[in-house]
Amino acid sequence: MKKINQNEYQKMVSHLGKSPWITNVIWAFFVGGAICVIGQVIIDTAKNMGISQEDAGCIASISLIFLSGLFTGFGLFDKLAKRAGAGTLVPITGFANAVISPAMEFKTEGYVLGLGAKMFVIAGPVIVYGISSSILCGLIYFFMKGGM
Amino acid sequence: MNYLLAFVFGGFLCVIAQLLIDFTKLTPARILVSYVVAGVILTFLGLYQPLVDLFGAGATVPLTGFGNALAKGVMKGISEKGFLGVISGGMTACAAGISAAIFFGLIFSLIFSPKEK
Repeated sequence: MKKINQNEYQKMVSHLGKSPWITNVIWAFFVGGAICVIGQVIIDTAKNMGISQEDAGCIASISLIFLSGLFTGFGLFDKLAKRAGAGTLVPITGFANAVISPAMEFKTEGYVLGLGAKMFVIAGPVIVYGISSSILCGLIYFFMKGGM
Repeated sequence: MNYLLAFVFGGFLCVIAQLLIDFTKLTPARILVSYVVAGVILTFLGLYQPLVDLFGAGATVPLTGFGNALAKGVMKGISEKGFLGVISGGMTACAAGISAAIFFGLIFSLIFSPKEK
């Protein structure tokens, strides 16, 4: 059997979907934008109730995480994500889905090493590098400010 | 007006990620990690907060906003507690989001089972 490299393979399959990236980008833009608007609606509603900006942001995150959990549970998130791509991945919904989806999937392997551990398969790295980079930058910031 | 701003900027951040998915070999997990780290660095450089002020949820809901919250927390921690804040500030600021994700993750994965693909 003839071996083909990746470029040749790309050429062979490229006619299967005509410039899918344009469609992907449009989907990502509209779905991602819409999710942010939902977040903004929650923030504004909370602020109108006299909640501080900071807490309103918190409530928006928690609500969006809750909603993604619900959508993931009913199998709707995956259906939307298949079309929306980065549109559902990049907002906090993608993080929530990355926590809940593998937890659900690996429940069959047990509640501790299945559900409990696999929950962090994607969220773990995000937290590890997020926290670590914030501490590193924080150290630089601290010493540049002449702290001690 | 602020809904339009949130829509456009949030959508824009997703478009960049979509282009990265389509044209590079970056996996979604790597993109999420890059977005968070980018949010942290841009916030410390003082470049991200103006975007948050202008675009609201358009800048805070995407994962760069998670980085922004971490970085802001560290800076706030430093101004309140000095050196200890470098370590404690980030998690303090993100406590609600991470706790919610973990708790809802547990509850929903207990209730639901994966659908057939």
